[in-house]
Amino acid sequence: MPFVSKPRKFNASINETVLGVGDKAVTLGGLNTLPLHFFDAPAKNPPAVGIEITDVDADLSAFPELAAFYEGAKTPAERAKKAAAAEGAQFVCLRFEGADPGGLNRSAAECAAIAKEVAEAIDLPLVISGCKNVEKDAEIFAACAEATSGKNVLFLSAREENYKTVGASTALAYGQKVGAESAVDINLAKQLNVVMTQLGIAPGSIVMNVGSAAAGYGFEYVASTLDRVKAAALEQNDNMLQMPIMTPVSAETWGVKESIMPEQDMPEWGSQEERAVAMETVTASACLASGSDAVILRHPKSVKTIAAMIAALL
Amino acid sequence: MALKGLDIFKLTPKKNCKDCGCPTCMAFSMKVAQGALSIDKCPHMSPEALATLAAATEPPMKTISIGEHKLGGETVMLRHEKTFVNKNLFALDLCAGMDDAAIDAKLAEADKVDYERIGERMRVECVYVSVKPEHGAERGAAVVKKAAATGRDVILHCCDAALAGDILKAAAADVKVLAGANADNWEAMNALATEHNLVLGVCCKDLSDAHDTIEKLEAAGNKNLIINICAESIKDAFSFTVQIRRAALKDGDRTFGYPTIVNVARLAPEDYTMQAALASLFTVRYGSVIVLGRMTYAEALPLFGLRQNIFTDPQKPMKVEPGIYPLNGADENSVVAVTVDFALTYFIVSGEIERSGVPTNLIITDAGGYSVLTAWAAGKFSAGSIAKFFEENDIASKIKSRTLILPGKVAVLKGELENKLPDWKIVVGPNEAIQLVRFLKDYK
Ligand code: B12
Ligand code: SF4
Repeated sequence: MPFVSKPRKFNASINETVLGVGDKAVTLGGLNTLPLHFFDAPAKNPPAVGIEITDVDADLSAFPELAAFYEGAKTPAERAKKAAAAEGAQFVCLRFEGADPGGLNRSAAECAAIAKEVAEAIDLPLVISGCKNVEKDAEIFAACAEATSGKNVLFLSAREENYKTVGASTALAYGQKVGAESAVDINLAKQLNVVMTQLGIAPGSIVMNVGSAAAGYGFEYVASTLDRVKAAALEQNDNMLQMPIMTPVSAETWGVKESIMPEQDMPEWGSQEERAVAMETVTASACLASGSDAVILRHPKSVKTIAAMIAALL
Repeated sequence: MALKGLDIFKLTPKKNCKDCGCPTCMAFSMKVAQGALSIDKCPHMSPEALATLAAATEPPMKTISIGEHKLGGETVMLRHEKTFVNKNLFALDLCAGMDDAAIDAKLAEADKVDYERIGERMRVECVYVSVKPEHGAERGAAVVKKAAATGRDVILHCCDAALAGDILKAAAADVKVLAGANADNWEAMNALATEHNLVLGVCCKDLSDAHDTIEKLEAAGNKNLIINICAESIKDAFSFTVQIRRAALKDGDRTFGYPTIVNVARLAPEDYTMQAALASLFTVRYGSVIVLGRMTYAEALPLFGLRQNIFTDPQKPMKVEPGIYPLNGADENSVVAVTVDFALTYFIVSGEIERSGVPTNLIITDAGGYSVLTAWAAGKFSAGSIAKFFEENDIASKIKSRTLILPGKVAVLKGELENKLPDWKIVVGPNEAIQLVRFLKDYK
């Protein structure tokens, strides 16, 4: 019997959500095939790759290529400009590490000023992520949403504990986009989308972060959660799981031993920068294969590679 | 694909003679479909019917052995549907056209990566040796022998049957897979693989052609095959790999029920970051042997970690027994560190403590088999649960040291734990276990 290809596409599809404004706006989602299965049907919008910067001027001396890339950029806005020019980057993610009450404890007003400067410095869409403290994130997101009003910014993320304040102060008040973050469990992901839409947020304004982990660190739960969410969205047409998924990969991978061990402590492991790049690249690729519609990466080389891989699969 | 009772019934002699112990052929068929009886309990089945049944009850994807390793045998497309069974292998790409110095350097570089993670040895398992007519049989055999001398399973990739025959004459004992069968040479290649008892790799440049060639090989009696994805582009390589697995598992097409080889070194020559990205893609999606241009720690750490995660059985909880684990010859005077009973966490933490060489009592509490933060979020790893564990297991009288190191990720527990265990000095450790090595040495 000759082999006959049977393309597999679904009647359901992932929601389309636009980030940013103007020519460089990015549409996430829209897929009606399994992740990266563009041979089954052409991609309406390929998965997007974002590049992460932080509000604090981090010490990059352990990463010579990264340091050279940001050379001379002192302020977040200057770093954002360089980041936006990275090959393959389609959006910039500004992470407010400095807002952490246990760290610099930057005020909401300061964060808002930084967000505004960054938004004005770039023409790529902007994603703003917090410091993982639910109360503080709610505060800074509200201030940043106002300061960047009209820029169609995505806020990462609202969680079970703060979705009401975050949802109201970003999506409802300023028409911005909002992330719904849950902890590697399909039911939690769905539940959060349900309550957020009940709050009055349009499903098209919601992007999910269903949880992430670095490769080797409980990643099987991440992969299976992504697999199950996509299956529910496409096979069962579950419209409370059809929001596009954005996975902040770098936030996980740059904290694990592969990325933080200096070469002098582990000479046999070789270049720390190469390890950090490989860790985020491998994790990002696995996330995209399992169902992320967008990933956030830190190193320009990882951004370039993952963007090129997506392009090669189209 | 499992056969339904009715399908089996159609194949029985319909004599209702009860020789099988069932009242009717229909009853017998239902039992067979459920797996309660085997088909040979009916002495009257025709050989044709038996053959049909054997074919229909075969697993959808064959399990192929390469050296010590098993490949294929998968039954589901996604791991949560049941589990993936045989982890993919990694292979190092070599070409007989490279000079000896380059080959030795590649092999030596790969040899440096050999470590253990959670009870599993991590090193690149195979070497993929390509030989072309211009290299000659003698050179081919020499490279094969060099590769085999590293103790790895050699996949010989050669599309010229005469050349392959000559290489095998000299080095058959060093080869596990002969890759290179295609529509033109399959008969000769099949003869070689059969003669030397090797797995035969079938080139897949085009899905239909590969399908035809496999049908011919199977008709000739060879089912010890692997499909070598020889697509030129990344897109086709991914498309072929997914479609082959999908055809076998979803559409019952057993001709494609074989594992695959994907050479990412060929898809992204010299670009090791792209190769790592592709190796990750094919680890998650259906590559069985993934060939890379190099395997340094940069690639190995994330890729082996990813593979280990993807191929764990979701039906089995990964837990270790709560208790006191004295490491590095720890005694009652040695410091105490505490963590959870999630196997991954235990293995990572105990491994790092062992590496530090500092005698340490590692206490594993009952945390429901969750990671540090998961258990903390679930209320299973709290100041209360740790204190309770100390009390119930009478740690205070078993250990004289009064220093207790907490995982950095749960630094918040410090204050409450000081209240609950007033005799103990609670020290917040680092976030990552690997930092424990320095931490314990400095602390001492
Ligand atoms: C996989 C996972 C799960 C799996 C469980 C897997 C398991 N067996 O633990 C599942 C899906 C079941 C799960 C469930 C939940 N999860 Co969960 N989960 C994760 C995930 C993605 C990875 C965890 C992992 O495997 N880490 C790897 C192990 C090795 O890490 P580790 O144990 O921390 O060990 C490291 C260090 O702590 C250190 N270390 C360990 N011990 C020691 C000891 C000493 C002395 C020292 C110095 C260092 C040290 O070394 C290790 C490596 O360096 C994380 C997110 C993330 N990326 O971490 C979320 C995460 C931990 N989960 C979270 C939550 C909230 C939950 C739930 C409560 C969700 C819910 N509301 O139901 C539930 C709880 C369980 C329940 N149902 O009651 C949150 C916790 C939030 C927080 N900061 O409090 C996280 C952080 C996700 C998030 N960002 O929201 N989860
Ligand atoms: S032995 Fe065979 S023929 Fe006789 S009843 Fe059983 S199934 Fe039918």
